[in-house]
Amino acid sequence: MADTDAPLTILYFAWLRERTGTAEESVALPAGVRTVGDLIAWLTEQSPGHASAFANRRAVRCAVNQDFSDSATLLHPGDEVAFFPPVTGG
Amino acid sequence: MATIKVQEENFDIGAEFAALTAGRTDIGGIGCFVGTVRNNALDQRVTAMTLEHYPAMTERAIARIVEEAERRWGLLGCTVIHRVGRLVAGENIVLVLAAASHRQAALDATAFLIDWLKTKAPFWKREEFADGGGAWVEARKADDAAAARW
Repeated sequence: MADTDAPLTILYFAWLRERTGTAEESVALPAGVRTVGDLIAWLTEQSPGHASAFANRRAVRCAVNQDFSDSATLLHPGDEVAFFPPVTGG
Repeated sequence: MATIKVQEENFDIGAEFAALTAGRTDIGGIGCFVGTVRNNALDQRVTAMTLEHYPAMTERAIARIVEEAERRWGLLGCTVIHRVGRLVAGENIVLVLAAASHRQAALDATAFLIDWLKTKAPFWKREEFADGGGAWVEARKADDAAAARW
């Protein structure tokens, strides 16, 4: 059984880190948030920086528990959710 | 058995090549790709770049890409080393070595590995310009197309 009270760990990379002003934050899974898309909508309301980071949603990618995911991915307490731009390594 | 490393320090191509082939007589060809920091981007002069990554995810993401190459081309050995941190123009960024029985598999696997590394591993580059400015490198459609052809 997962710990139903465990908070989400939210990570930001590259310009999402710069715009939100944080690399990592911990938040209790908000009421009504079931998917990554729901979480983005909720985060957007948290600060102007968050709103700026998610202003162009098409430019934002995500991973849940270190696997690439999308806005329909379901979230559970204790998940690690990372937001970042399209990758540019190599 | 692949070698995968994510590190700040430079790599020694000769040493990695020797490690890949030590004691092996079954290899017929080895593909090699080295990515380096180019001193220009669009109309800007680039002096350095900083590579950021997602430590908890990076090596696993690379391992999956390597496993896919091993499955498709039956590789006899593979090395992927990707640097992170601040690198100045001319420095090495990434090394891909792919060993196979025959040249086509080695060359194709090498191209596949770098194409997928560019689009499916969690790295981000921020360039520093000669005029003091800087910008995050944007993903290119051409890179997506290169990855999709496999």
